[in-house]
Amino acid sequence: MHELSVCRALLREAMRAAGAEGPPLRSVTVRIGPLSGVDAGLLARAWPTLSAADLLIEAAPLRVSCEACGTESAVTPQDLTCRACGDWRTRLLGGDELLLVRIGLEAEDAHV
Amino acid sequence: MCESCGCSITPRTGPAEVAVLTRLLADNDVTAAHNRAHFDDWGVLAVNLMSAPGAGKTALLEATIPALRDCRIGVIEGDLETENDAARIRAHGVPAVQITTGTACHLDAAMVHEALHEMDLRALDLLFVENVGNLVCPAAFDLGQHRNVVLLSMTEGDDKPAKYPVMFRAADLVLITKTDLAPMLDDFSVERASAALRRIGSEAPVINISARRGEGIERWLAWLRAERAARHAAAAAG
Repeated sequence: MHELSVCRALLREAMRAAGAEGPPLRSVTVRIGPLSGVDAGLLARAWPTLSAADLLIEAAPLRVSCEACGTESAVTPQDLTCRACGDWRTRLLGGDELLLVRIGLEAEDAHV
Repeated sequence: MCESCGCSITPRTGPAEVAVLTRLLADNDVTAAHNRAHFDDWGVLAVNLMSAPGAGKTALLEATIPALRDCRIGVIEGDLETENDAARIRAHGVPAVQITTGTACHLDAAMVHEALHEMDLRALDLLFVENVGNLVCPAAFDLGQHRNVVLLSMTEGDDKPAKYPVMFRAADLVLITKTDLAPMLDDFSVERASAALRRIGSEAPVINISARRGEGIERWLAWLRAERAARHAAAAAG
């Protein structure tokens, strides 16, 4: 259960992006792939213990490109083989992301 | 002002959205790169050992240290509690620093950096980091290591790579340990474990090893020596 560590890192990155003197965070959007090693459900449960901002999670699809036949396939974490020819030598196109995508900020006058 | 993308944000009248697109663990990545630079400065090969609890990481080190006398070894031990593993390593005459993480289920780059302050890298050729026994969390944190070695003990079952794909995809080498138990574990198939590894797209070589009986130790040592030679070649080149 390392999602709390990940949440702390996320809050740090979000605050950095907002700026030290910036308005409060309203929302934080992350993109998480199935091979990121982070569980979206656990992250969503841990987040409110650290911040009142909304946590929005975008699920990144898991896709590979086959080195043998060049086909791109949607795959699962347990089976990354090419869905066209079955070869296991595939290259990950996406699905291991663990990214802070964007932050939303409160209207400044609401907090003056 | 957003430091990450350089955009200017002045939300005076309404809510604003700011595109960021940074890695969540950007801070850890910076510290990991810093650790790696230390290792490279002193020509030290850093190997991160990961596995489930009880797969035999410390036993592997206890078999490796006396067999690799041509190599000056140091060990960083990660555990939730106790100095037991570091004490086992020190008994073999090599320096060991214990990190006790308390409740944390993984090592991160900052913990390793702190431990490095107690380790004389000039006196080492090879540094093992024995991560906290856990097949989930340690995979997400770069420590600054050059290579990841994942141990899979025969008592755990041959479907482990499919159950923990993130961890096994991170492996540069997979060691199937406790092979001396093979006669009693007829439901574990090395072929099935290797096939599960290929299915998750891993090209990592697999070595069967018994720390107790010595089977496979020579192949493991040969892998370590080849990695050390590669590191030296990289250092000489650049």
